[in-house]
Amino acid sequence: MITLNKDHINNIKTRNFKGKIWYIVFISSAVISIVFLSILILSIINNTFGIIILGLKYNPETVSPGKPLIKNSRDELIKLLNDYSGIDDDFTPAMLKTLNNEKDLSLRTEKDLYMIFFNNVLQPEIIRTFSLLESVFNKNIIIEEYNLNKDSYPILRMEFKSWLNPGLFINTQSSHPLLSGIRTAFFGTLWMVFLTVLLAMPLGISAAIYLELYAKDNMLNRLIQVNIYNLAGVPSIIFGLLGLAVFVRMLEPVTSGQFLRFLFKSGEQTTLNGRTIISAGLTLAIMVLPIIIINTQEAIRAVPSTLIDSSYGLGATKWQTIWHHILPYSFDRILTGTILAVSRAIGETAPLVVVGASTFIVFDPVSIFSKFTVLPIQIYQWTARPQAEFRNLAASAIVVLLILLLTLNLTAIILRERTVKKRV
Amino acid sequence: MSDFKTDKYSVELKNLNIFYGNFQAVKNVNIGFKKNRITALIGPSGCGKSTVIRSINRMNELIPNTRTEGEIIFNDFNILNSDIDPVEVRKYIGMVFQKPNPFPKTIYENISWGVKINGFKGSRHKLDVIVEKSLKDAAIWDEVKDKLHHNALKLSGGQQQRLCIARAIAAEPEVLLMDEPCSALDPVATLKIEDLMMKLSEKYTIIIVTHNMGQASRVSYETGFFMVDENKTGFLVEFDKTEKIFVNPVNKKTEDYISGRFG
Amino acid sequence: MEYKNLKKRVRVNELFINIILFVSSITSILITLGIVFELGKESILFFKSGVSILKFFTSTEWQPAIGNFGILPLLNSTLITSLIAMLISVPFGLFAAIYLSEYASDKVRSIVKPVLEILAGIPTIVYGFFALTFITPVLQKVFGEDIVEIYNMASAGIAMGILIIPLITTMSEDALKSVPKSLREGAYGLGATKFETSTKIVFPAAISGIAAAVIIGLSRAVGETMIVALAAGSGPNFTFNPFRAAETMTGYMVRISGGDVGYDTFDYNSIFVIGLLLFIVTLGLNILSRHIIKKFREVYD
Ligand SMILES: Nc1ncnc2c1ncn2[C@@H]1O[C@H](COP(=O)(O)OP(=O)(O)OP(=O)(O)O)[C@@H](O)[C@H]1O
Ligand SMILES: [Mg+2]
Repeated sequence: MITLNKDHINNIKTRNFKGKIWYIVFISSAVISIVFLSILILSIINNTFGIIILGLKYNPETVSPGKPLIKNSRDELIKLLNDYSGIDDDFTPAMLKTLNNEKDLSLRTEKDLYMIFFNNVLQPEIIRTFSLLESVFNKNIIIEEYNLNKDSYPILRMEFKSWLNPGLFINTQSSHPLLSGIRTAFFGTLWMVFLTVLLAMPLGISAAIYLELYAKDNMLNRLIQVNIYNLAGVPSIIFGLLGLAVFVRMLEPVTSGQFLRFLFKSGEQTTLNGRTIISAGLTLAIMVLPIIIINTQEAIRAVPSTLIDSSYGLGATKWQTIWHHILPYSFDRILTGTILAVSRAIGETAPLVVVGASTFIVFDPVSIFSKFTVLPIQIYQWTARPQAEFRNLAASAIVVLLILLLTLNLTAIILRERTVKKRV
Repeated sequence: MSDFKTDKYSVELKNLNIFYGNFQAVKNVNIGFKKNRITALIGPSGCGKSTVIRSINRMNELIPNTRTEGEIIFNDFNILNSDIDPVEVRKYIGMVFQKPNPFPKTIYENISWGVKINGFKGSRHKLDVIVEKSLKDAAIWDEVKDKLHHNALKLSGGQQQRLCIARAIAAEPEVLLMDEPCSALDPVATLKIEDLMMKLSEKYTIIIVTHNMGQASRVSYETGFFMVDENKTGFLVEFDKTEKIFVNPVNKKTEDYISGRFG
Repeated sequence: MEYKNLKKRVRVNELFINIILFVSSITSILITLGIVFELGKESILFFKSGVSILKFFTSTEWQPAIGNFGILPLLNSTLITSLIAMLISVPFGLFAAIYLSEYASDKVRSIVKPVLEILAGIPTIVYGFFALTFITPVLQKVFGEDIVEIYNMASAGIAMGILIIPLITTMSEDALKSVPKSLREGAYGLGATKFETSTKIVFPAAISGIAAAVIIGLSRAVGETMIVALAAGSGPNFTFNPFRAAETMTGYMVRISGGDVGYDTFDYNSIFVIGLLLFIVTLGLNILSRHIIKKFREVYD
């Protein structure tokens, strides 16, 4: 118990003063957490928008007057390519011929042709990018930089760019920042999350039902329960190692889709190794399983015993009681828990690096045996690059990722509110 | 009382001992519940009335670590035997609980669900007939016939409890267990339930736990009085015709309890 | 009277369901066994192929090319980054918890707690980005570009600290809140100020719950991967200077497995050895923390 000596009692003023000081420390700690969050968000937005200085060989507006270059039809693009080949040494008619021999120009997609024109004729080069804050407050530096490069490029542009733009969703990966997007990663994330939920949700709910409603209080069942709590605390990268050893390597004939090869026309879409969506989905399913189990257990525990009693009292069997009463009643909560698990899976990076999400692919995933990449991996790759413009891309991908997560969490909160209301 | 009522037992408890883990909740209970009669169980709080009544349809074993010893004879079976199916038992021994607990479904579904899980395979029309009949038998039909497909939780407490009774009798049980069915209801609703019980006793054997002495004396034919010993283990003090228990009990403790000088 | 058959009947579907549910719950055991088996197997292969266990734990150099595998550089930077993270997250997290539990009104709490939840829900890759693009430049501005390397342990540690604050705050707040009111009232009755009550009565009473929170936080820090992979630098480096680049255990695992590592190579096996070490450490911390919480609950229940 507290001992109040004389000093304490006499110095009530000092004591109160000390209390005030510490109160300020406590409250500022709480405030600082919020400040951190704000800075984090601001620093990302700061990198998502800003002025770029862009050097070009030709002006896209004069090349394709009246409409954006990318909107041109195939024939128009081929005509442009022919017109501009030979106009300077960078793109000779011989090069165009080589390209034509590789694959007939008229058989190529518009996007492909556009990219050839973009890379070989326009040759845009981002000289420097500025953050939003710099763009607003450091105009001088930007203009200085612009003037410095004025003579080195035929056309030099200074424009405000939102890195978060429709192109981000349309473009796949590319070595050129202006052509890079998250399309592949976005679809990869959707595929993977879908698979994760499909695998983890039934398994997790079943396990939770067993533990809450069937398990007798014995050694084995206690072991299972403790084990689940411990699994929930295992670092995610460890699950990646398990996935690498078991799904990618040991089960390669299955996870690579080879055992189904006869179903695919030419085996195009299957890879020869197990670094596929199914391996990633399995790995993440294992990772989120404990979260789903624990949340479902809590949801089941919240079902009032009167409801369960009235079902049994009518002569219902255990499963009838579970299926018709316990699960419907706890459904919202189970869903909330699952959504939280899904958010975890969507943001997870480390285990996917380990099981080998591909870092550079340009094809949308078409089956669970496709190679794939996901948003966090894409962010990781772009952030790890030294060029600043890829950081801008990373920031805009982060915005997409956070919006996705925010939507999910809002859904969870709304569900939670709905459940609370239902109970009143 | 009408003559068709015999003194045959519907349910008999023989030497019943019930434990929660190591704690013995009730000991050596012997009671015969007569067919088509209402039998009341009374006694101070914690003396094991709920424990006893819940063991009659083997609901008590849903609580982990319970143990029930002795015999409960129903239809020539000792339903405590390990080869008896508790789910089957509950189809013939229905239960109404202290707090009205309809399912969070429509009124119609509340009745039909129990019928369906009990193996009903008839047409929708037949089901309608059963629902209507059960609601009528439970004296609630007139109040709900226009809102059969409304949520049952919107009904008043008394209506909910009668719905629960309707739900229980829709399965055509033989025995109806009622654990303080009126303790959550106002006096008017209570009277309605009491009337209903009297009516239902023509078809069903009813066992009711109540704290309301008036209720026990009004509705029951026989009454059992429970108390606890020094170990907090409940036991049956006295069992007799209700009139006898209330007017001229053998045991002093019974008299004290009934006249309100106790617990 | 009609005959009623009350005899037990075999309900095949109920039995079937029971089995399915049981098997589902067994999966979790299989997962743990799988982890232990795979990590163990590859570790044995690693040491069988000629790496001495003694050297593994004592050598300060990690140079796979010449067969020198000393884990100390990786372990050292894991400890330094975790330590920095704890230095940030423990005071901030704890003070914020005391504020929320002892001072804040319900209204304030209902705003601050969701913010913390959001902070906790942000993927760690985002914190890695934040460390590299914001914290590092700030550190470089403050301490000088020649002192702070672009990749450095301090920046990663700070980001990890921010990541862990919500965890420590929520768990500690739970612990503080579960201290019985009577204890507080007793202290007020003796004329203690609010501050004295909070720090001398409530805080000590909740200490084991808070300790559990700190331990879980530490376990998170040790196992955290993407922040260090992005911000702490690559390449093992045995240094105590937090402003220098040094790869952590998890950072190493990401770098090696991110490249196309061939099966049954030294590199491949080595990430499993480090994984095993990480698994043991975090498991130990988690078990310890849960044990403390259990003891704590027994006191107040
Ligand atoms: N689930 C349980 N676990 C352990 N002990 C229990 C449980 N339910 C009841 N008991 C104990 O068994 C004894 C009898 O309880 P029971 O509920 O049967 O009493 P009751 O006569 O119905 O009381 P009341 O009039 O308050 O409803 C009590 O001592 C009680 O504490
Ligand atoms: Mg009771």
